Amino acid sequence: MPFLWLILLFLVPFLIVLKISLSTAVIAQPPYDPSFDLLVDGISGIWEKIRSFSFANYAFLADDPLYYQSYLSSLRIAGISTVLLLLIGYPIAYSMARAPKSLQPMLLMLVILPFWTSFLIRVYAWIGILKPEGLLSTFLIWLGVIDQPLAIMNTETAVFIGIVYSYLPFMVLPLYSSLEKLDETLLEAAADLGSPPIRSFWQITFPLSIPGIVAGCMLCFIPAVGEFVIPDLLGGSDTLMIGRTLWNEFFLNRDWPIASAVAVLLLLVLVVPIVIYQHVQQRQLEAEK
Amino acid sequence: MPAAPVKAALGPVRRAFSPWTDPAAKPLIRFENVTKRFGDFTAVDNLTLNIYEREFFALLGPSGCGKTTLMRMLAGFEDPTEGHVFLEGRDIVGTPPYKRPVNMMFQSYALFPHMSVTDNVAFGLKQAGMPKEERAKRVDEMLTLVKLTQFAKRKPHQLSGGQRQRVALARSLALKPRVLLLDEPLGALDKKLREETQFELTDLQVTLGMTFLIVTHDQEEAMTVADRIAVMNHGEIIQVATPGEIYEQPNSRYVADFIGDVNIIPGKVENNASGNVKLKSEWTDAPILVTNPVECAQGGDAWLALRPEKLIVALEPPPPGTPNVLAGEVWDIGYLGDLSVYRVKIPSGDIVKATVTNRTRLVERPISWEDKVWLTWAPEQGVLLTN
Repeated sequence: MPFLWLILLFLVPFLIVLKISLSTAVIAQPPYDPSFDLLVDGISGIWEKIRSFSFANYAFLADDPLYYQSYLSSLRIAGISTVLLLLIGYPIAYSMARAPKSLQPMLLMLVILPFWTSFLIRVYAWIGILKPEGLLSTFLIWLGVIDQPLAIMNTETAVFIGIVYSYLPFMVLPLYSSLEKLDETLLEAAADLGSPPIRSFWQITFPLSIPGIVAGCMLCFIPAVGEFVIPDLLGGSDTLMIGRTLWNEFFLNRDWPIASAVAVLLLLVLVVPIVIYQHVQQRQLEAEK
Repeated sequence: MPAAPVKAALGPVRRAFSPWTDPAAKPLIRFENVTKRFGDFTAVDNLTLNIYEREFFALLGPSGCGKTTLMRMLAGFEDPTEGHVFLEGRDIVGTPPYKRPVNMMFQSYALFPHMSVTDNVAFGLKQAGMPKEERAKRVDEMLTLVKLTQFAKRKPHQLSGGQRQRVALARSLALKPRVLLLDEPLGALDKKLREETQFELTDLQVTLGMTFLIVTHDQEEAMTVADRIAVMNHGEIIQVATPGEIYEQPNSRYVADFIGDVNIIPGKVENNASGNVKLKSEWTDAPILVTNPVECAQGGDAWLALRPEKLIVALEPPPPGTPNVLAGEVWDIGYLGDLSVYRVKIPSGDIVKATVTNRTRLVERPISWEDKVWLTWAPEQGVLLTN
């Protein structure tokens, strides 16, 4: 059953994208060649078309620095965002797990609450906050902290703010769930054996929350690499991200084969962390047995 | 010439030891007028208690009686609302747990799941800044002590319950604490392993010459391991005494009832001249004589606590005028192999328990259901209680 699910929702779409990435762009409907039609071509015709597939698109990606720069820039932005998310999310998750048990459902609700508003609207809202005549600059000028509006909008900083804001729940929730499971008598035992609270944190709490850290980082890093909406709305024209490049290829250039090749490579880039994540999870499952 | 008797190689012999009877002795631990409240619940109520060096001391009581709270105040996890806790004469209230020379073995063992057995045992030594080689030596010593050397590299989840218990013990002993606190240490073990471990614990305590404080709700466990027992209820200490005294001379119906089986016969004091008390009870026409001197008011309520094994069961009535007789009929017989427990119903409808050692074979047992029996006891066997 899970395999059927995977085949239907992952493998089939992937094969379609893979096929398009091996085709040639044409000005037509659909905008690529060849397209299969079993009734017209017959089996041998399809075989002929399959033999016409080429890796030219991939070669093109390798030639044009735009693409690998986009990849690198995406990885960098996602990486920095993930570190920021961890630094901000860990204290939040930690204090949630330490809050009185009766308060915890409410705090959890507060973390999830933003999901009730459309993601797009929330990102648009950040434009209103970050633009030069927006809330943030106006407020800081009113306070007298600055006298020129902040130039955050359309920069990488705005992208970081957007990603951190949007992905925070994905970091906080797995961290919370692993910190909440932590047996507090372990900390008592550590204290009893002579370890002051801060040392106990690094020796007990932190190592035992690593599964939550890995899960949270993966849940943030993987979608952040392919993020399109946030860099498009908040980032400047120089904010290169692969999701945006991909969108441009598909919808501005109408070059589906190149766009598909970009998508296939993006998937390959992401498979590596996913495999690491799986491995860690597997190890943890074995440890719990 | 007869051969010299060969003694089995047993652990060190427990010597008679009673510093609490010496008024000059300084207690190692002293709780002084300690009160602990959680909101409007009083867990420990104005309690004063001395525990001496090298003592194996048990806090015994039902759950919620405050025994665990008392221990946690010594470990430093709770601070008393009022009063003082002294360790070696120094008030330790406010000293954080990581600065107290006291270690605890937790009920759940609280082993660090991400560390090997070795790292668990070495944890405290590492915090204390012991050099690596010395640390390794001490860990090895501790693992030898609890017979776990071959499991040194395992993680806690790869061990059985009994082995985990030993790791926890080794970890809490590694720092050679002034006091070892044991919070229901054997609760998670099965009966057989528990009994074995009880004796190992006492051996260990004598060998190491350390002070142990154990919290338990199991009276048998407390009796087996402890030099002295404090029986607690509702945050107060009801009685502190050796296991023998607690059993033979309970100071209240609560203690008598909590420790072992007991029959409690209600009565009124008829006469308390010259150390001999004469009691009148509705349970029997015969007078009840007690020779244990207890202060009691003439005509006041009193209760006689009688252990089931102190009763003699007879099929023939004693001569008329004999004191300390209960007449009744055998209501139920519990056959336990070595013992039989007779539940005798007396005319008032109450049940009195008497245990008899089965010296004869079962088939020869002369007493049977619905037999009329007379229970008698010597005047020094009963304990008179006035509260």
